[in-house]
Amino acid sequence: MSATLKVKVWRGKTSGSFVDYEVPRLESQTVLDVVTHIQRHLDPSLSYRFACRVGMCGSCAMTVNGVARWTCRTHVSKVADGDALEIAPLSNLPVIKDLATDMREFFDKWAKSHGQFKGTKTRHDEFEQVRPESRERMAANAGIECIGCGVCYASCDVVTWRPDFLGPAALNRAWTLANDVRDNAQRERLKAVAGDVGCHACHTQGSCSERCPKQIEPTAGIAGLKRLAGRAAVRGELE
Amino acid sequence: MSSALNPDAVTQAKLWYWQRISAMVLALCVLVHLGGMIYAVRGGLSAAEILGRTHGNWLFGIFYAVFVFACAVHVPIGFARICEEWLGLKAGAAWLIAKALGLVILVMGLRAVYGVVA
Ligand code: SF4
Ligand code: SF4
Ligand code: FES
Repeated sequence: MSATLKVKVWRGKTSGSFVDYEVPRLESQTVLDVVTHIQRHLDPSLSYRFACRVGMCGSCAMTVNGVARWTCRTHVSKVADGDALEIAPLSNLPVIKDLATDMREFFDKWAKSHGQFKGTKTRHDEFEQVRPESRERMAANAGIECIGCGVCYASCDVVTWRPDFLGPAALNRAWTLANDVRDNAQRERLKAVAGDVGCHACHTQGSCSERCPKQIEPTAGIAGLKRLAGRAAVRGELE
Repeated sequence: MSSALNPDAVTQAKLWYWQRISAMVLALCVLVHLGGMIYAVRGGLSAAEILGRTHGNWLFGIFYAVFVFACAVHVPIGFARICEEWLGLKAGAAWLIAKALGLVILVMGLRAVYGVVA
């Protein structure tokens, strides 16, 4: 382990360039530590985003040596190429400045995928009983821990090729709701997520599942949505 | 399939069905085809000998006709996507090319089957 890291950091907006920094290398150092060191000690004008530093909020994702990652939980020792690190903003999103991307479209697509729960019961009704071992509950469990970091979205080639594609995170959210037996907006949601900007655009290659820091498999959920949409189309429920 | 690849959920869902079914048929066909080839040439065979066996073999003809149809369904659906995503074509243009390709596969494939069987 050399004493310093050679770090290239993206500066600018969509047009810009990489700037070189030297950062002291430390034990158990995370990529977020490196970025924070640069901002606190070398260049206070560097913009980036983080909040929790423990892998819960999903705000610190960046492209590290070409791969989208959550930086607060990524150790330098795991990703450095010798003593070299290249840190860029997430792909597939407009850059606001330096390492901070504009995530509005990413979250707008959750809304477009009907990512909100729609129930009928009120506080005066009895609790709905959902058996933990039921197939639906287990399918929802598999996708429910998403922290909205955008790593999957930045890793999806189809988002690059078809900017309207709703993307893995929004579709994963729709899949968890499709498995919520209390939800009564299933038909509208399925209509919203079927089609060539929805689940049918996915190539099932699995970059999103490979990269998701929470080990969620949006690819599997999207395949599930395709099955539901196929069944609904045959029954005439997608019209 | 004319409105295919527009944001039409029903069309997309149906295309997905066709793509899956044709993929299953193709998987089976490829296995039978490879197995048949390996079996047929195990002692070395000439083109004349093969044609001698396939002539008038309608079962053989039907099998390969199914193979050709499955290709003609499967290839255009994927090809239209490639045209859209890699070549940046609009859905209409992509489908025009894809359908033309499907037709070429169908005509050339069936012609070949006919040539071997009849
Ligand atoms: S599996 Fe689908 S959603 Fe995931 S990266 Fe690939 S195309 Fe995108
Ligand atoms: S699915 Fe995984 S990678 Fe995608 S936003 Fe959620 S936590 Fe991040
Ligand atoms: S800072 Fe919250 S997930 Fe990294």
